[in-house]
Amino acid sequence: MNYFPDEVLEPVFDFITSHKDRNSVSLVCKSWFKIERYSRQRVFIGNCYSTCPERLIARFPGLKSLTLKGKPHFADFNLVPHDWGGFLYPWIEALAKSRIGLEELRLKRMVVSDESLELLSKSFVNFKSLVLVSCEGFTTDGLAAIAANCRFLRELDLQENEVDDHRGHWLSCFPESCTSLVSLNFACLKGEINLGALERLVARSPNLKSLRLNRAVPFDTLEKLLMQAPQLLDLGTGSYVPDPSSEAYNRLKSAIQRCKSIRSLSGFLEVNPRCMSAIYPICANLTFLNLSYAPGLSGNELTKLIQHCRKLQRLWILDYIGDKGLGVVASTCKELQELRVFPTDPLGAGNAAVTEEGLVLISAGCPKLNSLLYFCQQMTNAALITVAKNCPNFICFRLCILDPIKPDPVTNRPLDEGFGAIVESCEGLKRLSLSGLLSDQVFLYIGMYAKQLEMLSIAFAGDSDEGMLYVLNGCKKLRKLEIRDSPFGNAALLEDVGKYETMRSLWMSSCEVTLGGCKTLAEKMPSLSVEIINESQQMEFSLDDRTVDKMYLYRTLVGHRKDAPEFVWIL
Amino acid sequence: MSPENGKILPENDAADLNFEATELTLGLPGKSRVTSDGGAKLGNKRGFFETVDLNFGDKDCGQSQIDVQEAANSPVSNDEHRVQVEGWPPVRGFRKNAMTSCKYVKVAVDGAPYLRKVDLEMYDSYQQLLSSLEQMFSCFTIRNYLNEKKIIDHMNGIEYVPTYEDKDGDWMLVGDVPWQMFVESCKRLRLKKSSEAIGLAPRTPPKCASTTERSLN
Repeated sequence: MNYFPDEVLEPVFDFITSHKDRNSVSLVCKSWFKIERYSRQRVFIGNCYSTCPERLIARFPGLKSLTLKGKPHFADFNLVPHDWGGFLYPWIEALAKSRIGLEELRLKRMVVSDESLELLSKSFVNFKSLVLVSCEGFTTDGLAAIAANCRFLRELDLQENEVDDHRGHWLSCFPESCTSLVSLNFACLKGEINLGALERLVARSPNLKSLRLNRAVPFDTLEKLLMQAPQLLDLGTGSYVPDPSSEAYNRLKSAIQRCKSIRSLSGFLEVNPRCMSAIYPICANLTFLNLSYAPGLSGNELTKLIQHCRKLQRLWILDYIGDKGLGVVASTCKELQELRVFPTDPLGAGNAAVTEEGLVLISAGCPKLNSLLYFCQQMTNAALITVAKNCPNFICFRLCILDPIKPDPVTNRPLDEGFGAIVESCEGLKRLSLSGLLSDQVFLYIGMYAKQLEMLSIAFAGDSDEGMLYVLNGCKKLRKLEIRDSPFGNAALLEDVGKYETMRSLWMSSCEVTLGGCKTLAEKMPSLSVEIINESQQMEFSLDDRTVDKMYLYRTLVGHRKDAPEFVWIL
Repeated sequence: MSPENGKILPENDAADLNFEATELTLGLPGKSRVTSDGGAKLGNKRGFFETVDLNFGDKDCGQSQIDVQEAANSPVSNDEHRVQVEGWPPVRGFRKNAMTSCKYVKVAVDGAPYLRKVDLEMYDSYQQLLSSLEQMFSCFTIRNYLNEKKIIDHMNGIEYVPTYEDKDGDWMLVGDVPWQMFVESCKRLRLKKSSEAIGLAPRTPPKCASTTERSLN
């Protein structure tokens, strides 16, 4: 290995693309570390506070693509206060000052200001791709800056962001010379857009492969866009309320016939269900169908559509499809790998329309299933055991029973055995979310069998510290652990403090760890940042035996962050 | 463990939990869940109701826990005794807001074999709603006839009066209350044949040539 000059090793390393492999390569020896770091173009930072921009820039001068994640996962569910952190600006500022030729930025749960978008747009000549997922803090003015200044923009992909929509003409800010767009997704924007500008933009973007519209784009415009872009691979409709007797509807029907490449379909934010038949011609080739934002379709219309989708690999739907509808999915979609069933009523006040029966049907009909997110009314151990037998290939298994401590309704037992069967059968399981009535027993099983588990989400579960300890001791590959409303305390937290250095982060809220316990941990492990988030009550520094509301700890190379707000106390 | 052999869990701490009592609550799990009177559960360190956030669909998570006492006192309305818990079910805020901002109501037309659904949140005024209904049931046009909103089927000359069922289950004439109030209280719409709408409409003066603009909202 020492006998190969760098020029020989570099192209070899080019073939190594996964972050994990790259990281391993860099640890082999000094010379490999050096070659790897100069040739690295893509960097993934799962916790933006684990390092800092300066270190990133120093180590990877050839950086082209950066992925950053900010807030902890439970921020998605309103458990993290609004201004906790995860600010993009310092990263852009530092990168802009350096000689890094950033081309791609992918962000998740970050606070992205208009200023940072504007600076981004002006600082990197070759910037090509911006993907924002579940971010906030920006307005359409920031988007206007991106549109106006990024001359070679290929991708602008906005997924489920909270954007302050100024209803300005950000789309019109794409210059006439911009013809490079490959992917444009603004489905999450709430406001009006300039329809003429959109039509012209699509018309001059021959490479456009992915287009996802927002609700403000009416059917008439959709029809025109499809005529312009028959080469699309991925389509997200905005409003789909045609007048069935109109010329526009007829034109759409023929436009759709020409779109032979569409493999991915979403949208229908507003829908005229009588006109879904126009879509059937493209259903046969669909591999991804996302109707999880289409409450306007009835269960029947949904199943009628799905019956045309025999090649489906990923399906996202609402629970009103019902168990019977899932039966239709099971008998139609034999290639199904990923299923997400979301609650139609996300406040959980009503009842979910699916139960364990639907899941069992799916598992029987779709043996390739490896990823599940399932919001349901109830679950039984027997069903989970059957599912485990039918589908041993789960990589991601997330079950959410609307009543989080509901036992097996048939036996009135906890769901320990059911989840135990899942982890025992699915040896490749990497991500697991639990719900329902659960005792320490389920954690015993997880610790015993879930050897590949990387992320575990626990809510309202367990009886004692033993539960958490089973997991910490048994799951050697655990990276992220998030726990809420469970009776785990200091004994579990402090038993093996070194464990947290092998993990990205730990979240515990409404548990039984005390301030004293957290302080002890912080003292013993200076390489961790232990944050206490305490918004509602006054911080009483002297009361060490007080339980903490929310604790978030993570390993870091750069010590305590300087941008923490008042209600965050870093021990 | 062999899940296949259907082994029943030996009696252990979990079985001591007295599932009947724990079934209907969202208190912290744990042995102390069961109170001596079998009543509402309180968790170990914090009361059950302290975890309840009654600001449904509210994005602002800085909201203080409101009216905890009121929550504790008010009778539980639904059979499952389920009360909202902060952050549960774990649905992304964006999705929650997108879904709850839909107010889909069924629209029925006397004599038509199928119903439609409209999202009242999509409209800002009665005029927009009625225009949309006009498009949906495209053989009708809407006339502002005197002070009433009527929908006229030109094909057969039948007049329809838009009515709605409110939260109390009463059938009301569309257009009497401010728009927002209507959106909040409307459960479903029905276009009733004019002759059948007697009893809902207020007394009207005899027909005359001029139409009166009614100020909306």
